[in-house]
Amino acid sequence: MADTTLTAPEAGYDPDHHMGEHATTTGISNNKLAMWVFLGSECMLFGGLISTYLLYKDRVPEGGITGRGENGVFDIPFTSISSFVLLMSSLTMVLALSAIQRADHRAFRTWVLTTALLGSTFIAGQVYEFTAFYREGLGFTTSIFSSAFYTLTGFHGVHVTVGIVMLLSLFVLSIRGRLASSRAEAVEIVGLYWHFVDIVWILIFTIVYLIP
Amino acid sequence: MAITEERPLALPSGGQVRPEPVLGVFRRPTTTTGWRSWLTTVDHKKIGIMYGAAALFFLIVGGIEALLIRIQLAAPNGTFLSADAYNQLFTMHGTTMIFLTVMPIGAAFANYLIPLQIGARDVAFPRINAFSFWSFLMGGIFLNTSWFLGGAPDGGWFNYAPNSGVIFSPTNGIDFWNLGLIIAGFASLAGAVNLITTVINMRAPGMSLMKMPIFTWMALVTQFLLLFAIPVLTVAQVLLAMDRLYDANFFNVEAGADPLLWQHLFWIFGHPEVYLMILPAFGIVSEILPVFSRKPIFGYPFIVFSGIAIGFMGFGVWAHHMFSAGIGPLSVAAFSLSTMFIAVPTGVKILNWTATMWGGKLRFDTPMLFAIGLVTMFTIGGLSGVTHAVAPADTQQTDTYYIVAHFHYVLFGGAFFGFMGGFYYWWPKVFGYRLSEAWGKFNFWTLLIGFNVTFGPMHILGLQGMSRRVYTYDSGYGFSFWNMVATIGAFIIALSVLSFVINVFYSKKKASSLPPVGPDPWDSRTIEWMVPSPTPEHNFDEVPTVTQLDEFWHRKYAEDDDGRVRRVATGEEVAQSGDGTGVHLPSPSYWPLVVTVSFPIIGYGLLYTLWLTLVGVIILLVGLYGWVIEPPDDIDQPHGPDDDHDDDEPTAAEASDQAGTDGAEDDTEEADDATSDEATESEEAPVG
Repeated sequence: MADTTLTAPEAGYDPDHHMGEHATTTGISNNKLAMWVFLGSECMLFGGLISTYLLYKDRVPEGGITGRGENGVFDIPFTSISSFVLLMSSLTMVLALSAIQRADHRAFRTWVLTTALLGSTFIAGQVYEFTAFYREGLGFTTSIFSSAFYTLTGFHGVHVTVGIVMLLSLFVLSIRGRLASSRAEAVEIVGLYWHFVDIVWILIFTIVYLIP
Repeated sequence: MAITEERPLALPSGGQVRPEPVLGVFRRPTTTTGWRSWLTTVDHKKIGIMYGAAALFFLIVGGIEALLIRIQLAAPNGTFLSADAYNQLFTMHGTTMIFLTVMPIGAAFANYLIPLQIGARDVAFPRINAFSFWSFLMGGIFLNTSWFLGGAPDGGWFNYAPNSGVIFSPTNGIDFWNLGLIIAGFASLAGAVNLITTVINMRAPGMSLMKMPIFTWMALVTQFLLLFAIPVLTVAQVLLAMDRLYDANFFNVEAGADPLLWQHLFWIFGHPEVYLMILPAFGIVSEILPVFSRKPIFGYPFIVFSGIAIGFMGFGVWAHHMFSAGIGPLSVAAFSLSTMFIAVPTGVKILNWTATMWGGKLRFDTPMLFAIGLVTMFTIGGLSGVTHAVAPADTQQTDTYYIVAHFHYVLFGGAFFGFMGGFYYWWPKVFGYRLSEAWGKFNFWTLLIGFNVTFGPMHILGLQGMSRRVYTYDSGYGFSFWNMVATIGAFIIALSVLSFVINVFYSKKKASSLPPVGPDPWDSRTIEWMVPSPTPEHNFDEVPTVTQLDEFWHRKYAEDDDGRVRRVATGEEVAQSGDGTGVHLPSPSYWPLVVTVSFPIIGYGLLYTLWLTLVGVIILLVGLYGWVIEPPDDIDQPHGPDDDHDDDEPTAAEASDQAGTDGAEDDTEEADDATSDEATESEEAPVG
């Protein structure tokens, strides 16, 4: 970040860690604090979308979309597996962070790529799921239930996709030798975002798929 | 490779002594003067000034809209405007004043003052700060182009669904409203993250939260309100946009949608919005009153905690906007009660300000007049606000001019008077000259009179039963006289705003024959007055160590042996005056502007043709990529004599050339030292 430094840089000063070398008031770096603050805001975003879904979830046409109850198109075992895949990616994210903190770059690259792959698998599952639902007659404009469902899960999918892009950026940086273990905090910050997105999915999965 | 030698920084006179970057794909701009510097600046002070200038421009736009409305309503059966034009005008007047004037002026003060008041060189993320400003400006311009592209939004600034659906509002106006405010919302959100991080993390040594100037405190609460309120508005607007553009059903009542959903989402944003507009003005007044009363603020902790309380409670009272919407007796009772409670912390503030003035040696300079104006006018607005908390009264008053009177007393008499006081108070610090007192007093008295003549009678009109948002009225209801009075008042307000503009130019011209204003023209109390006027680019030569509240004042005054407070130093003696040698500042950047330019293009694409969206997305991606891989601040890079450039930006050809060669250099370096710790990215992708 193009931060301002309070004093002249010392030898070994790292321009990426402007405040890192200098004590911040809280001791938390600006970048990490900003991510925490941003995630606070994201809570309100998903809060609004989840509230909308809760308000509309029972408002489907008589007999449900496909005659199998109100959200009869859901394939809960399938989604459970893709949810499991997403949650496992939080574990690999932790392993990636731990690896780079140990300066084990090979392991870091493995784990960060694994995390991105698990995330991509989840997204692929979502794409498959959406296509299947659409074929069964649940389009975006079919009912207020479907509009709310696609908007909520779609927003989450976009967040996961952004996370995957960040993970791949870390991977590329690492390959190019630009990600020293002294910059492990960058990984930690991406990790914060990634875990947040996973936690939100636990909520969404429970509310959308599991609550009858 | 980091260089340890100290370098002088760019002098305020425009002398360019900064080295150029040599690594990376694209040379960072370094110009600190000229119009280009305003496009690329990341300096919080310049960004603050641009926020202020843009907001004043939109103030005039919104003011003209208001005058047109008042001309239409001056006499019964007005034919000056069509009903349709009237709808667009009152919608755009509200939207412009709230989102493009009051909020950005608050942001202008926050941007300029927060780093100075907490003793920081800049905000935590200067480029994100520039992004915020450009994003706001792009959103505002995008929204206003709707006038020329088939009609402005016409659903009121709240655009209640389903009235704002395609069926009732078939033009693109409300789509412009949705997309424009989502773009402006990025600005608020990014600004909130940035300023919260700045205040929490970058305070000067010794400045605990309870030694922080009150303006910074109120601005911090404001940023938290933005942080949590803006996403809710964004959700509401996304849902509405989905309905309008892609036939979703969120507000389609035939498909079983709940028409109250919009109102809940909108007011969960909208009520905190009211407080986030007024709190910066409260902060400004809390700075002005002690200085011109020559007393410390009365009950500092009460002012701070009542501000925090207002912030929290602001999220708990939204449904008092919906008493007449049929939300049920229990909800009405609960929200009626919570709304009455929120008057308590506000009242605490009013009493503290009054007590601050009590027994003080008052000086009635223009900033003080505006501050007193806020206290009195806001009190009137606050009292009429309490009458809305009483649900039975509210059902009578709602959607009449009584409401119009109330919120103009709160937001115009409150926020705007505070901002005017702030302009007069900090103008010397920002521009190095004082505004004329004579013109300032004319400005104040015309504003006070015009304001009361305009909005005072609206209380009467409202109680008489005149509905708001109706484009004309018949004679014979007894509305005619007070409407004419209100229209005359509106033109007095216009005269007052004009006198402010005249004052700016008149005082600037006159200032050349006056001695320099010095760092401390008002005998102030907070540390932003320790730096020279106008503030140099590097802010403080040396970051001051803060030991108490009103640090600057305590450096000027001390108790003698008899316990009497005596001046021991002048402001000039205590202030700093160096040239900032060795201070390192971030370099300007093109990328925030490039990124934000993509937003309106994407917006037009969504409304007209998809290929334009693709163009916008490409610009966005290029911008983000450029932002992320931009070389770090050039200051730490080695540079030889042949690297010296003049102020000119590189031409496109030069730039791409540079990109090519630099990239190549980069790669060879990498090969030599693959695990080099040398970080040439200026930031991590995720937080950029």
